[in-house]
Amino acid sequence: MFNSSFDAVVPMLCVALAALAVMGAEAFRSRGETMPVGGLGIVGLVGAAVSSALLWNRNVISFGVIVADNFALFVTLTLVIVGILTIMFSSPVVKRDGLPKGEYYALILFSVVGMIMMASANDLLVIFIALEIMSIAVYVLTGIRRDDPRATEAAFKYFLLGAFSSAFFLYGIAFTYGLAGTTRLDRIGAFLAAQSMSDNPLILVALGLLLVGFAFKISAVPFHMWTPDAYEGAPAIVTGFMSTGVKAAAFAAFARVFLSAFEPFSGEWAPVIWWIAAATMVLGTVVGVAQSNLKRMLAYSSIAHGGYLLVGLVAANQVGKAAILFYLLAYAVTNLAAFGVIALLGTKDAANDELRDYAGLWHSRPALAGLMTVCLLSLGGLPPTVGFIGKWYIFSAAVGAGYYGLAIIGVLTSVISVFFYLRVVVMMYMSDQPATAVFPPVSTVGMAALVASIVVILALGILPTPVLNFAAESIATIF
Amino acid sequence: MLSLSWLLPLAGALLVMFVPNADGRRDGVIRWLSLAAAVATFGVTLAIWCGFDGESAAFQFVERVPWIPAFGIDYFIGVDGISLLLVVLTGFLTPIALLSSWGSIDRKVKEFSIFMLALEAAMIGVFLSLDLFLFYVFWDAMLIPMYFLIGIWGYDQRVYAAVKFMLYTMAGSVLMLIAILGLAYLHSSATGAYSFDLLKLYALDIAPQTQVWFFLAFTLAFAIKVPLFPFHTWLPDAHVQAPTAGSVILAGVLLKMGTYGLLRFSFPLFPEAATYFAPWLAVLAVIGIVYGALVAMVQPDMKKLVAYSSVSHLGFVVLGICAMNVQGVQGAIYQMLAHGVSTGGLFLIVGMLSDRRHTRLISEFGGLKAVVPKLTAAFLIITLASIGLPGLNGFIGEFLILLGAFQWDPRFAVVAGLGVILSAVYMLWMFQRVFYGPVTHAENATLRDLVPREWASVVALCGIALLMGIFPSLFLRPMAASVDALVQRVQTAQTLRVQRTEP
Repeated sequence: MFNSSFDAVVPMLCVALAALAVMGAEAFRSRGETMPVGGLGIVGLVGAAVSSALLWNRNVISFGVIVADNFALFVTLTLVIVGILTIMFSSPVVKRDGLPKGEYYALILFSVVGMIMMASANDLLVIFIALEIMSIAVYVLTGIRRDDPRATEAAFKYFLLGAFSSAFFLYGIAFTYGLAGTTRLDRIGAFLAAQSMSDNPLILVALGLLLVGFAFKISAVPFHMWTPDAYEGAPAIVTGFMSTGVKAAAFAAFARVFLSAFEPFSGEWAPVIWWIAAATMVLGTVVGVAQSNLKRMLAYSSIAHGGYLLVGLVAANQVGKAAILFYLLAYAVTNLAAFGVIALLGTKDAANDELRDYAGLWHSRPALAGLMTVCLLSLGGLPPTVGFIGKWYIFSAAVGAGYYGLAIIGVLTSVISVFFYLRVVVMMYMSDQPATAVFPPVSTVGMAALVASIVVILALGILPTPVLNFAAESIATIF
Repeated sequence: MLSLSWLLPLAGALLVMFVPNADGRRDGVIRWLSLAAAVATFGVTLAIWCGFDGESAAFQFVERVPWIPAFGIDYFIGVDGISLLLVVLTGFLTPIALLSSWGSIDRKVKEFSIFMLALEAAMIGVFLSLDLFLFYVFWDAMLIPMYFLIGIWGYDQRVYAAVKFMLYTMAGSVLMLIAILGLAYLHSSATGAYSFDLLKLYALDIAPQTQVWFFLAFTLAFAIKVPLFPFHTWLPDAHVQAPTAGSVILAGVLLKMGTYGLLRFSFPLFPEAATYFAPWLAVLAVIGIVYGALVAMVQPDMKKLVAYSSVSHLGFVVLGICAMNVQGVQGAIYQMLAHGVSTGGLFLIVGMLSDRRHTRLISEFGGLKAVVPKLTAAFLIITLASIGLPGLNGFIGEFLILLGAFQWDPRFAVVAGLGVILSAVYMLWMFQRVFYGPVTHAENATLRDLVPREWASVVALCGIALLMGIFPSLFLRPMAASVDALVQRVQTAQTLRVQRTEP
């Protein structure tokens, strides 16, 4: 079924080479010289996009462990979009906050490499390596503002809990290897399908440990504790990057492991994930209502969105698998754009990320307020935005699989979530409080990224068919 | 042709969006531009009415383009006798609402016009959609402009009212979304393909137990929108806090979406469940009629009084629908139109008073007849229309509904008849306190009478009220065939149910 070739690693190689080039440029530049290293990163990401497009429908496998099936390529393209938007939003932020430019972009690119690898890995150990490449870069990015105690605290918490979860994951791999004698996903799947293992408790232990590892990375309840602190402490755009990129990559691997290798045991894990999904949606939205910091609020909202994605995983039908992919793309663009607005409005001295800082934004920055509103409506799942199509797709999968209860919890929590998204809108448009926050001028590159995201949000909200078809095609080859 | 009716206001909104108006100097241009778009839309809706064949119960002017083929979702629109006049009503009321804003909205005129036109597009879209997915998109999209209209241009408690409106409506509609998905899934398990096509879903044979759940999910969404007692609590807030134009549209068109939904979806899609639940709905409707009237009677605020009168009047509409006979349903549709015209008019004139005096409290007025005779005359006509005086629009609808209800179950008709009397009490009492007697407040002595712009909208409304009262057949004829078909359909299912329960 798969053609063995070197080609499957080309997308991540493009990004990795760009990252190395960025590092080299930083190391060898003369003092005071500035280099467009962000642009270099974008070149690498575009290379990854082009090579992914060329690999489409070819089902290439490299070294037996990296596959470039359509599923991986769809996620890769999503991650490339995340990477490009992040770099564009970052360019004014890096300059403003005086962040070390070379390191910053190199870390972003390396973590994208890890993400792409995670989405394409066909072996538990490679997934683990990819997870670490991605995570370590993101830990550093979280704390990249070294003089900010909140950022340092966030990075430290994230690192400790992340390392802890990696250990769980690795232990899960060890158990799986002990049982199946292999870490390759296809062989594990074949082994489990052939043997009747249902009475072997060790398989459940392995499943549980892997589940915990993934649940940490996608911040599913009850493994979400690190999320609000890490998201609030990191620079806004890094938060946007990790809430979309990390989640997309982790979800891709999660779906691949559970829906292919451990598919025979869906009767065991589906009820557990049912409860995790329900708890994640409910906790994310209910606690989100009480937040007064925009980044923290969006942190809880991203927890809730993880819950919606889990609904697709529980449904596990063809619609559900495609819905996960579509939702990941929809959520990535929307959430990154929302964090982009926060990033663009911050200054070196004031983050401007409290809800009250947005009072009367409509009067001072009508365009930004309008774009933010579209993002928030999309996050809330209102038509005609891509967020609505994504939710509709997820819930139709749940209904199709007979999970009416989960679908009802999902739609009701999304109504609650609309309440807190609207709080921002109320602040921006309907507040009588005088605006106290001082906003910087908005950079052209940042604005261009924002407008591009909004165009995607609305275009896919009105005419989603081509991307829906792509998503459906992407899952056809592997599951 | 049909697409034009909702694309035209949308195009108008886009056009307005690109008029540079940072300093508010082009407010005039924007006002005329948006009015032109709305009037042109009204023209299109009238043209649709002219081209409509009233003899046929089928959907006409049908347009169908595949939208999301993998799920059987089409851009599928059409009108029949039930939706036709509601579309015309929307086209008629939007220019009037826009005109009313010329005197009262003086900040952010551009955004206001954009939201009004977007709202019109979404409302017309709701009435035209024959694909459930498309319907839901319009249904939810409509909330966004209305939310902003209330929240930005409303009165003191506007933010609370706007958020409450949004959350109430959404909470109802998301459950409908689940039911829509469930229907599409049922279609897929019956025929092998997903479909959101209303006509195909009509043909689906749904088990009675499933019907119950789906009926409840759909009806909850519509009951909140109508609003049926006890789901009405968002309405007084939203109506009172909304700017005049928003109230006109809310009362005139938005509430009808609820009753329209009952007629188009709840009853024909789930006829067995509908016949089972109809008496219960009717009980709620009758409670709403009496309760709304009683609460309206004691309101000190004119706008709130009119808002509660809507609860009462919409109760009649639901009662007519529950009766599910030709008279009841025709009366319900007629009452929807009549209520749109007369309550729209009431909000409009109350808004004019409120613009002049910056208060809506009845006790602040008195003796206005001598000061503003033209406004008084207009208000009297609309008030009488709202009460249901023969010769004006409200009478025909209420009469037909009571006739239909009497044939079905006389008890409902008797209690509902009480509502007719009560409506006369609260409306005339309000009229008396505002317009008769001596002028008690010095500020009222110098109020301005109607200006030409206000004349235009008031005369149009009064004219329609008279026309609907004198020539009801003009409006009843196009709906007759469709109503017959609908009633036939539901009653056939009813007899089937009887056969099924008596083996």
